Amino acid sequence: MKRDIILAGVGGQGILTIATIIGYAAVQRGLKLKQAEVHGMSQRGGDVQSHLRISDAPIHSDLIPEGRADLIIAIEPMESLRYTSYLAPDGWLITNKKPFVNIPDYPDHETVWERVEALPRSILIDGDTIARKVASARSMNIVILGAASPFLQIAPEDLENAISTIFSRKGEAVVEQNLAAFRAGRQFAEEKNLAATS
Amino acid sequence: MKRMLLLGDEAIAQGALDAGLSGVYAYPGTPSTEITEYIQRSKDARERGVHSDWSANEKTAMEAALGMSYAGKRAMACMKHVGLNVAADGFVNAGITGANGGLLVLVADDPSMHSSQNEQDSRYYGKFALVPVIEPSNQQETYLAASYGFDLSEKYGTPVMIRITTRLAHSRAGVELTEQKAENELRLPSDKRQFVLLPSIARRNYQTLLGKQAAFEEESENSPFNSYTDGEDRSLGIIACGIAHNYLMENFPEGCPHPVLKIGQYPVSRNMVQRLLDSCERVLILEEGAPFLEEQLRGLMDKPYNILGRLDGTVPRAGELNPNIVAKSLGSDIEMGEPKADIVKPRPPELCPGCPHIDSYNALNEALKDLEPGRVFSDIGCYTLGALAPFNSINSCVDMGASITMAKGAADAGLFPSVAVIGDSTFTHSGMTGLLDAVIENSPITVMIVDNETTGMTGGQASSARGRLEDICAGIGVPREHIKVVEPLKKNHEMNVATIKEELDYRGVSVIIERRECIQTLKISKKLAKEAKKQ
Repeated sequence: MKRDIILAGVGGQGILTIATIIGYAAVQRGLKLKQAEVHGMSQRGGDVQSHLRISDAPIHSDLIPEGRADLIIAIEPMESLRYTSYLAPDGWLITNKKPFVNIPDYPDHETVWERVEALPRSILIDGDTIARKVASARSMNIVILGAASPFLQIAPEDLENAISTIFSRKGEAVVEQNLAAFRAGRQFAEEKNLAATS
Repeated sequence: MKRMLLLGDEAIAQGALDAGLSGVYAYPGTPSTEITEYIQRSKDARERGVHSDWSANEKTAMEAALGMSYAGKRAMACMKHVGLNVAADGFVNAGITGANGGLLVLVADDPSMHSSQNEQDSRYYGKFALVPVIEPSNQQETYLAASYGFDLSEKYGTPVMIRITTRLAHSRAGVELTEQKAENELRLPSDKRQFVLLPSIARRNYQTLLGKQAAFEEESENSPFNSYTDGEDRSLGIIACGIAHNYLMENFPEGCPHPVLKIGQYPVSRNMVQRLLDSCERVLILEEGAPFLEEQLRGLMDKPYNILGRLDGTVPRAGELNPNIVAKSLGSDIEMGEPKADIVKPRPPELCPGCPHIDSYNALNEALKDLEPGRVFSDIGCYTLGALAPFNSINSCVDMGASITMAKGAADAGLFPSVAVIGDSTFTHSGMTGLLDAVIENSPITVMIVDNETTGMTGGQASSARGRLEDICAGIGVPREHIKVVEPLKKNHEMNVATIKEELDYRGVSVIIERRECIQTLKISKKLAKEAKKQ
C-alpha cells in the first residue's frame, strides 16, 4: 500500500489539520509516514503545500516525485491546479470550490472551476456551504478530507477515530460537528464518483 | 523503545535532550527555529532546568554555548545558515579553543532560499574551522547525530557541526528513541589556559587542532553516517551526501545497481572516495547545496577522473535537489502529470490583514511622497514584504541590522533624508551597534523601528527588545526629544505622517518607534485569555 498526497492551500487556511488526521490514522495502522511541511515566510498568505507520504514499505524521499502523486487535496481551487504536474496518470484531484482572492490578477472563477472539472479524475466540492449546513464554517477542511477519503485506502472508521482523538480537546460538540462534516464530504464524493463511473 | 513522529528539527532537539543536553542557545531563524521551541515546550527539559531562553543573536548564542561547554556541560547552539555568519567569529575560534563539555553547532541551511537571502552551504564553514561535520539524511539519523556528535566532541575536545537543510528540518517521520543519558556534572577544563587565545597559546592550540585532522578523517571512515554499498553496474558510481541519498534511493525502489558512497560525516574519508573512483568509469556527485565535495574532488586543474555534478551541468548549479532532478541527472525518463495551467498565478506572501506594518508603511510613503524615491533601507523580517506592491516602500534588505548602517553610509555620501526601517527584534540582534556609529558622527538618518513586540516572521518568539527600546536608544545617545513613539493605526495616520516628516527634517539621528503588537501574537494571546477565563 502506498499513498502519495499533495495538500495545497493558502498560508493560514489549515491544510496541516488534514495532514495530521490522515497521518494519525495511518500511524495507528502501523504504516510508515513522511510529511514535508512549509514553515516560515510563505505562511504569510502565500501559496503553501505539504507532501504527505504513507506506505507499508520504507519511504526514502521527503518529497513526492512529479507524476507520482495519488491525490491532490486542496482547500483552494487555483492552488489545486498549481500542482497538477505531480499527479500520477490515475491520480485524483479533490478541491474546495471557493476561491481565496488576495492577489490582483486572480483568474476568472468560472475558468478555474472549468479547468478543475476538465481533469479526468477530479472532484470540485463547495466545502464552505456544506460545512455551514451540517456543522460550522470552520469545518470546511474536514468536508474536503471527507471528499478525499474514498481515495485514501484508509478505512473511514480509522479516519473518524483520528478526528475524534484530535478534536477531543475541544469538546464533544466540536468532535460531532467535524464527524458530520467528514461524512457529508465523503457522501458527496461517493455520489459524484458513482455518477462518473456509471 | 518509544517511537515518536518528529520533524527533523524536533528530532535533533529530542536527540540532544536524550544525550544529556544542559543548554540550547539560539536566535530564531527559519528553518532552525523549531529546535529551540521544542526544548522550550519539553516537560523533561523544564524539570531538568535545561537552558532554552532565546539569545539576542547567533553570536551571543554561540559564545554562551561555548561557555557552558567550558564549564563541562553539554551545550548546543542552533542557527540558520546566515546566522552562522553572525556567529562565525565565535564558531571558528571555538575550533581553536576546543571544547570541554560536548559542544554541538546545529546549522540549518536553506537551499532554494525558501525563507532566506542566500543559499550558502555551511559545510564550507565546518572545513574552514577544521571541525567534524555530520550531515544526517533522515529524521532517525538526525536524532542519533546529537548523541554521536556530543560523544565525538568530548572524545576529541572539539566543537562538532551538525548540518541539516530545510527539507529535513521541516519534514516529519517516525523516530525510534534510545535510552536517555544523564547530564554532565560541572567540570572546569584541566588546562586553565586552554581558552585563552593569546597568540602563543593559539599557535599551540592550532597545532593541536591540525594534529587531530587525520583522526577526524578516520572517524568518518568508521562513521555510521557514511557507508559504501557496492553495485554491479560500474559504468557509474554515485556519491550522495545527506538528504540527496533519499532522492537517489527514491529512483531505485528495488535497490541501486551502481556502487553508492553515502556521505554523512566530514572531513570526507579519502579511502572511501578512492575506492569508488577506482572502481567506476564515471562518478556522479549528488549534494544538497553547493558543489562542496565536487570542487574538492575535481581540484583546481587536473581531470584525472570523470566526475559529474553541479559544475558540469549534470545537476543544476543552484537550488535544492528533489527526486526529479536526481532522476534527470541519472538520465531517467520522467512521466510528469499535466503541466501547471497558465491561469495559475503566483501568490507571494503578504502582510497579514490588520498588520501594524501596513499602517507604518502607509504613513512613511506619504511622508516621503514629494521626494525622489529610493532612500529607504530596510532589514530582515515580515516588514521586508514592504518591498512588494502595494507598498513598494523599501530599497534594501541585506543582512540583520544592515538597514541602519546602510542608511548611515548613504547619508555620509550626501543622501538626505536617509531612512532605515528595522524590526524590534532585528534591532537588538544587530541594529544597536550601527546606531552607535550613527550617534557618534551625528549622522542625519531617521530610524523607524517597527516594534510589533515579537519576533514575527519566525512565528512570534519573545523579542529581547520588548519594553527596552526607548532606554536602549537613549543609552546609545539618541537625544530623548528625537525618540518618538507612535501607534501605527489608520486613525493616527495624519498624526504619524506629521511625526515622520518632522524627524526627516532633523539633521541628526532620530528614532521613531512604531509600536503595535503583531496581529498574529495578539490573536493567540486573546485566545489564551479566553480559554483561561473559561476554566
